[in-house]
Amino acid sequence: MATRHSRSAARLMMAPAVVLLLGWMLVPLTMTLWFSFRKYLPLRGGDLGFVGFENYGRFLSSSSFWPAVQTTLVIVGGVLIVSVVLGILLALLLDQPIWGQGVVRILVIAPFFVMPTVSALVWKNMFMDPVNGILAHLWRFFGAEPVQWLSQASIPSIIMIVSWQWLPFATLILLTAIQSLDSEQLEAAEMDGAPPLKRFAYIILPHLARAITIVILIQTIFLLSIFAEIFVTTGGAFGTRTLTYLIFQRVLENQNVGLGSAGGVYAIILANIVALFLMRIVGRNLDA
Amino acid sequence: MARAVTPRRKAVNTALAWAVGLILFFPILWTILTSFKTEAQAIADPPIFLFFDWTLENYAIVQERSDYMRFLWNSIIIAGCSTLLGVAIGVPAAWSMAFVPSKRTKDILLWMLSTKMLPAVGVLYPIYILFIQLGLLDSRVGLTVVIMLINLPIIIWMLYTYFKEIPGEILEAARMDGAGLREELIHVLTPMAIPGIASTVLLNVILAWNEAFWTLNLTAVDAAPLTAFIASYSSPEGLFFAKLSAASTMAIAPILILGWFSQKQLVRGLTFGAVK
Amino acid sequence: MGRITLENITKSFGTTEVIPPLDLTIEDGEFTVFVGPSGCGKSTLLRLIAGLEDVTSGKVSIDGTDATMVPPAKRGLAMVFQSYALYPHMSVRKNIAFPLRMAKMDPGEITRRVESAADVLNLTDYLDRRPGQLSGGQRQRVAIGRAIVREPAAFLFDEPLSNLDAALRVGMRLEISELHERLKTTMIYVTHDQVEAMTMADKIVVLRAGHIEQVGSPLDLYRTPRNTFVAGFIGSPKMNLIDGAEAAKHDAHTIGIRPEHIEVSEAGGPWSGVVGVSEHLGSDTFFHIHDTGLAETLTVRAGGEVGFRHGDRVSLTPRADALHRFDDKGLRL
Repeated sequence: MATRHSRSAARLMMAPAVVLLLGWMLVPLTMTLWFSFRKYLPLRGGDLGFVGFENYGRFLSSSSFWPAVQTTLVIVGGVLIVSVVLGILLALLLDQPIWGQGVVRILVIAPFFVMPTVSALVWKNMFMDPVNGILAHLWRFFGAEPVQWLSQASIPSIIMIVSWQWLPFATLILLTAIQSLDSEQLEAAEMDGAPPLKRFAYIILPHLARAITIVILIQTIFLLSIFAEIFVTTGGAFGTRTLTYLIFQRVLENQNVGLGSAGGVYAIILANIVALFLMRIVGRNLDA
Repeated sequence: MARAVTPRRKAVNTALAWAVGLILFFPILWTILTSFKTEAQAIADPPIFLFFDWTLENYAIVQERSDYMRFLWNSIIIAGCSTLLGVAIGVPAAWSMAFVPSKRTKDILLWMLSTKMLPAVGVLYPIYILFIQLGLLDSRVGLTVVIMLINLPIIIWMLYTYFKEIPGEILEAARMDGAGLREELIHVLTPMAIPGIASTVLLNVILAWNEAFWTLNLTAVDAAPLTAFIASYSSPEGLFFAKLSAASTMAIAPILILGWFSQKQLVRGLTFGAVK
Repeated sequence: MGRITLENITKSFGTTEVIPPLDLTIEDGEFTVFVGPSGCGKSTLLRLIAGLEDVTSGKVSIDGTDATMVPPAKRGLAMVFQSYALYPHMSVRKNIAFPLRMAKMDPGEITRRVESAADVLNLTDYLDRRPGQLSGGQRQRVAIGRAIVREPAAFLFDEPLSNLDAALRVGMRLEISELHERLKTTMIYVTHDQVEAMTMADKIVVLRAGHIEQVGSPLDLYRTPRNTFVAGFIGSPKMNLIDGAEAAKHDAHTIGIRPEHIEVSEAGGPWSGVVGVSEHLGSDTFFHIHDTGLAETLTVRAGGEVGFRHGDRVSLTPRADALHRFDDKGLRL
């Protein structure tokens, strides 16, 4: 509620943010759309004209498209499962009264603050190196043959690295959600004779449902565009080429801008499908 | 939900939680420890945990060889300036939406959020080519602007949720007391919102510091921040564990410290107020 | 000075009309109370006067000058909010000084005025505390202090006592009345509590759904309510309203009789009924009488302690001269 006066002031004060974001969205998006309909090879002849939907067709039919989609889905799905399941368990554990809770929380959160290039590099060399990595030492200690992590088990390795980064995020949000649960509900259930497992299944889990959905949606959006972790570890080799990485290669490495842009449009559509679900939840929350 | 439990149960929980915490933290701990080892000790078999000859030479070598300070400076400038710029643009916008809401406020907020969902790779080439044409490639200015833009929706959302908690009557009281818009913002809103603004700055410095897609793709030498500096160690000649560790430690230490202060804000900032 | 006139003002939020065309004059120095049930538009009306909302159409004048488009900061009015709206980051001293600082007053003068206001309001010992460290009543006083220091043309109070407990409410009511006696400044006071309205006002404006139902002094409203709504709203306990045959006897659609104008006795009255709940206040006793054949219940007030019990059949005698008659539209006959 306000006056004409404050409303016009408000419009004025909102203008810079709106104009900037509008520009940031529209200009590159229009350009991507434009390029996606052209045969455009900056290093091999430049702009070779309008080709209709050819780039879209070629991107879909290229032999690397479906493997890239598959890789993307496996990595995103894998990280989601690991981080959500472990996140729930960890959040339940951290919710219990323990000694040194503050310190433990810090230890658990820390990986989220490590920049992606560092975590990729540290895991790749100091943990997954088949000769000198910690994991190799561990395997040898138990008499097993060290694993060539990033070439023989490339996708699980990437899932492991990315999960390590995102588990703290899931844990933190789920922990916040658990702590907002009214303890009287649990006490009432306990008085009603519900054992711990039932209390978890019928009270805690439904209470967490919303938080879990949000974790899944937000992580999906970020995970669909993970880049540095692959760039630094395998460079897209050994079956780790995700959709994002494929587009990156088409655009900057092969300099096939038209084809890459068509891929970009697919990526935007994919992200928007996920975003739509997220925004509906967030929007509903705004009304409350 | 803090409830009374038996000491035995608490001890078991404590042991379990600490074990998990230490496992998750171990890669960071190991990196920090290794950074103080000699290269030989860093790859010793079996690995040496604590009893090695502590040395600082790796840090000296890293600084000398790759001019760490320059990357650090770029990171500080880019993360700091993009955040401050974002807050300067975000405070008025968030004020508008929190205190002068209209029918479109919700749509605008959600639209701003949707720009954050735009996959970077979808607009990589346009930004790349625009940067070349505007002479912004490998410049701190260009990167600052791009990172400001990708974080602006988060900044506005966080500020919005903090401002929403300030009762509108207090701002109206200021208006009745003769304060104009400027005085209302400076003397009343800002002092009351300081904790929220500080949290917003903190989280966004962290996000900007760790941003790795645009920093890797839009910089080469001059404007490269620490993300790019570390990526340069992935090439084979950089494979010396101790030096790699020293470089990594230097890249993450400042932000780890900031991050520990901002756990609560992290939840609010990254879930757009949907989880409290 | 503080004469406020509203000419033909309306207010709509979107397509909902909250205030239909309305005229009102508040004379200089008058203590005017806007009263009505929640959602009747009384707070909106106050905010229109304050300038915190724009009128959709019409004209607001303060002391003869058109203030319709003047922003709140420039209207020279002071407001006390329901939540007190103190600045939490400032000490009591700074809170009270804020409007003077905004007016760019000389610091010496600010100190003098703040200290004299604090003296009047018994806040001298609390000047360096933050609002968070004060009790509800003290916060209320700070809010009033912030309003009086700038010597406004009029004070606007938006349900200022509703967050206080009952005992404090009575005390603050007296303090505000006392303040008005001393300052003689125009005060406009919004409340949903008709007791506050009756005890404080020079002039009461009864509102329902944005309409002014009646304007008048407390006793005017009590003696000659213009319609059944005002009749039911003003006075405590509420006036008894009776429809049907009994009303027809008096050539009316509805008749009203206040609880204090019905005499209760063992026998001999024209009406009778069965005693339900009795509320014993010591000075008075309220009986809720059922089975009268007139209305669901009749409330009757008896002075002092009267010994009827639950279930007793009693006889009722209304005072003929205190009967209110209303037509089928609820208007006074």
